[in-house]
Amino acid sequence: MNDFPVLTTLGVLPLAAALVVAALPRGRELLSKQIALAVSLLMLGLTVAMAFSFEPDAAEPFQFVEKTPWIEQFGISYALGVDGIALVLIAMAVSLAPVVILSGWNDADDNDRHRPQTYFALLLALLGCIVFVFAATDLFLFYVAFEVMLVPVYFLIGMFGRGQRTYAAVKFLLYSLFGGLLLLAALIGLYVVSAQELGTGTFDWTLLAGMPIDPDTQKILFAGFFFAFAIKAPMVPLHTWLPDAAASGTPATSTLLVGVLDKVATFAMLRLVIPIFPDASEWAAPFVVTLAVISIVYGALVAVGQTDMYRLIAYTSVSHFGFIILGVFAFTEIGGSGSVIYMVAHGLSTAALFIVAGYLVKRRGSSLIPSFGGVQRVAPILAGFFLFAGLSSLAMPGLASFVGELTVLIGSYQRWPVAAAIAVIGIVLSSLYVLIMYQRVATGPATENVKGMRDALPRELVAFAPIIALTIAVGVFPKPVFDVVNPAIERTYSFLTVEPVEPDVPVGDAWTDYAATEGEATE
Amino acid sequence: MMPHLVEPFDTPSFEYQLLAPMLIVFGGAIIGVLVEAFAPRGARRGTQLVLSLLTLVAAFVALLAWTRPDLGQIAASGSVAIDGPAVFFQGTILVLSFLAFLLFAERGVDSAGDAFTPSAATIPGSASERELTAARVSQTEIWPLALFSVGGMMLFVAADDLLTFFVALEVMSLPLYVLVGMARRRRLLSQEAALKYFLLGSFSSAFLLFGSAFLFGYAGSISFSGIYDSLSSGVELDPLLLIGTGLVSIGLFFKVGAVPFHSWVPDVYQGAPTPVTAFMASATKVAAFGAMLRLYYVALGDYSWNWRPMFWVVTILTIAVGSILAITQTDIKRMLAYSSVAQAGFILIGVTAASGPGLSSSMFYLAAYGFATIGAFALVTLVRDGTSEATHLSRWAGLGRRAPILAATLSLFLLSFAGIPLTSGFIGKFLVFEAAIDGGATPLVIVGAIFSAVAVFFYVRVIVLMYFSDPPEDAPTIAVPSALTTLSIAVCAAATVALGVVPGPVIDLAQEAAAFVR
Repeated sequence: MNDFPVLTTLGVLPLAAALVVAALPRGRELLSKQIALAVSLLMLGLTVAMAFSFEPDAAEPFQFVEKTPWIEQFGISYALGVDGIALVLIAMAVSLAPVVILSGWNDADDNDRHRPQTYFALLLALLGCIVFVFAATDLFLFYVAFEVMLVPVYFLIGMFGRGQRTYAAVKFLLYSLFGGLLLLAALIGLYVVSAQELGTGTFDWTLLAGMPIDPDTQKILFAGFFFAFAIKAPMVPLHTWLPDAAASGTPATSTLLVGVLDKVATFAMLRLVIPIFPDASEWAAPFVVTLAVISIVYGALVAVGQTDMYRLIAYTSVSHFGFIILGVFAFTEIGGSGSVIYMVAHGLSTAALFIVAGYLVKRRGSSLIPSFGGVQRVAPILAGFFLFAGLSSLAMPGLASFVGELTVLIGSYQRWPVAAAIAVIGIVLSSLYVLIMYQRVATGPATENVKGMRDALPRELVAFAPIIALTIAVGVFPKPVFDVVNPAIERTYSFLTVEPVEPDVPVGDAWTDYAATEGEATE
Repeated sequence: MMPHLVEPFDTPSFEYQLLAPMLIVFGGAIIGVLVEAFAPRGARRGTQLVLSLLTLVAAFVALLAWTRPDLGQIAASGSVAIDGPAVFFQGTILVLSFLAFLLFAERGVDSAGDAFTPSAATIPGSASERELTAARVSQTEIWPLALFSVGGMMLFVAADDLLTFFVALEVMSLPLYVLVGMARRRRLLSQEAALKYFLLGSFSSAFLLFGSAFLFGYAGSISFSGIYDSLSSGVELDPLLLIGTGLVSIGLFFKVGAVPFHSWVPDVYQGAPTPVTAFMASATKVAAFGAMLRLYYVALGDYSWNWRPMFWVVTILTIAVGSILAITQTDIKRMLAYSSVAQAGFILIGVTAASGPGLSSSMFYLAAYGFATIGAFALVTLVRDGTSEATHLSRWAGLGRRAPILAATLSLFLLSFAGIPLTSGFIGKFLVFEAAIDGGATPLVIVGAIFSAVAVFFYVRVIVLMYFSDPPEDAPTIAVPSALTTLSIAVCAAATVALGVVPGPVIDLAQEAAAFVR
């Protein structure tokens, strides 16, 4: 297993399949979908195999390492490898892949402009980019994947979206590229610094992490990196592209965009920003935490006022990303691990929300909340799904988000008590926006609008079931995830000089203990 | 022994091997003129086409076989320097010219023949013009003209004294003035462009010549190394030097199309026959930047603290004005013209670095940009309304569905201009940014990054039109090009991807070649 280039395979497989699918002639639409689904399942299988041979407590930072020189003149190599965080996020992305493909099986069929082949080819290409962006341990390769990833999303929104799709696609691309280009400038600056510090310039993470950098330079470079990731994450006030993009994309696009792609930013904060610019991260932490808290509260407040389901989900994500960033910049192990769990949980809950909303919108032809009412009477399973998705989003105990939210709050309370206290408002508001939406859409007598609405089809059931299973699994027994993530988080924060706030017990165990007492209490 | 009363006369040395590539091109051009004079009309086109392409190939082979870029030799009694950058630029110019020449020869996209008017002297719309068109006469003088221009470009990038520098500039420019005015369609626009280009071009040449005189007055020598020597020993704030540098810079900034000397670019690029535009935007730009780099790095190399501030201002202006004005364009040729202004600004970032990396990154950028530019303009020739090219942007709506390969290829070139990774444009931007940060010009990089994002807007707008919009009712026709244009586009696309994915070998080449001989 060690010699087999599993990460390359995982990344190249969907890219190659994308070419095949794009080249399929007219009339072979079904085949394109089948190939896409098969490839995503194959990827899932590979990832599961990888997860089982992953050793969480290994001494070296990365496993499944591959390294080939790429542009030697600049110390750029094709270097892949995963730590616990990357593994968990790749696993999340790959688990969502078959789900979105299956749930969006017919999303591109009634598009009179473009063929479903193109749609599935773009989805597959996006998956390939996602694998590379999480697996890259060379910063140049990371940047390439980070930027190239925008292209399929741009076409997915622009070609297959609805409403103001063109506007949304261009806005998304411009925002992302603007941040990306500043990131490029900072990345090159980092390269020049590395040439001064190390003798030869490099983009290799293992050499750059912990490299001594002059504090002032660090702050400038940090600003370049952070700005790009703050756009991508998205943090208030750089978030306005997200609601437009999410409302215009197909549910599958939005799921991958919000649920997976934006995680690249929070992942990069853990992987790149903190280890490479530790002093600047500490220096900027109060500012970042303030922005995170503003995002939490503002995102949630605006979500309460939304009438469009997709936009509402997008704003809940702004709020949830605030929690993730709060956890990352808590600089406590429990906060950091919590933020990773929250990334996974948010991926699952967003996928659930977008997919069910997609089912509903496809039936009704509108994404406005007031155009529904009493769905529960006509389509009880669908309404059940919707409720589950909502509860998962508002962090119901027993579901994945709860673990994330709780650990993030515990972790950040140790370092930023006031921020954590304000962030709790976000939890209260989350019940508000979820339950109000559910109430308006599903409860009450069935309105004219939803009469005759078909309940969930078998395909939709099959697509949704894995999300339910995973959400509950992570929610009830998150220890395996913590076990994989903790060493990586520990390594990330070891670059910092802040006083560690030691948890009394290791996080995973703390959780099991907590769950045990909780269990007793309810009995 | 009696002392000589008169200084002994040195017979000029003439290193034929080193000069062979240029001699071949000039020789080919002269034979071309003879063909015009003596060959029967029917045989001219075929003869000229084969002759011109063979000339370029022969010159390229001679360049590879006989020059030693690593040695850095001075030839023709100090008039010409054959060093790494000269050979790199000459090679690039030959390759790009070959691809542009393939477009010159295309007769499949316009029902009446190639892109050139049968006789530039006839009055547009006159009976004699119609007669010549009906007789399918083609203007074959374009071939020797273009070859002379190529020869001038090759000399321009190798010129090592101010006189050769000026002569090369004129040899390069004069044929271009004529070529610009020879469009078959929209002839008035083309003639206006030619006149504008000629007037402004001669103006800028005069500036350059005037500045050369000042530099000579300062240094007492016309050779670049002579100027360098007097700079390293002499006064640096001599008014002659300052004025000379300023005036020469105006001439060069005009040729590369830098703001505020860019106003000819959109008009000329729009009016010229599109194959000529492709030729000018790629090969001429390489030549102008090659010459600029040699002048500032060799002759004024020790003077960079004085010319760099000027370059800072011009670079920022060029990027900003080029990017912002491109947004407002509705004609694809004008948009590409403004984009080429903005791209010139990015190359200027590399020049401003005033270092080895600055040189090699500019070299790479120019090569990368040249390929994408020829490809983009070649695609412009294929979308046609009736007889002429459909250059209005709205005509390009919905092209993604009607001509998927054309749209995808154009998107590739546009993404490369925009600097998206895995295309040559990204590596080019990366290299010039790296050189600039390394050379202490970080603010230029930040300006460059911000305006790259602005530039993305107008590149992406074309992609939006092609893929996200519905085609107009009377959609333009998509011409099916012959093998010539297809080959040219295919090579450009392949180069754009290859330089983006595996840029290592060409970066190597540029870095090894990046040493001027003084």
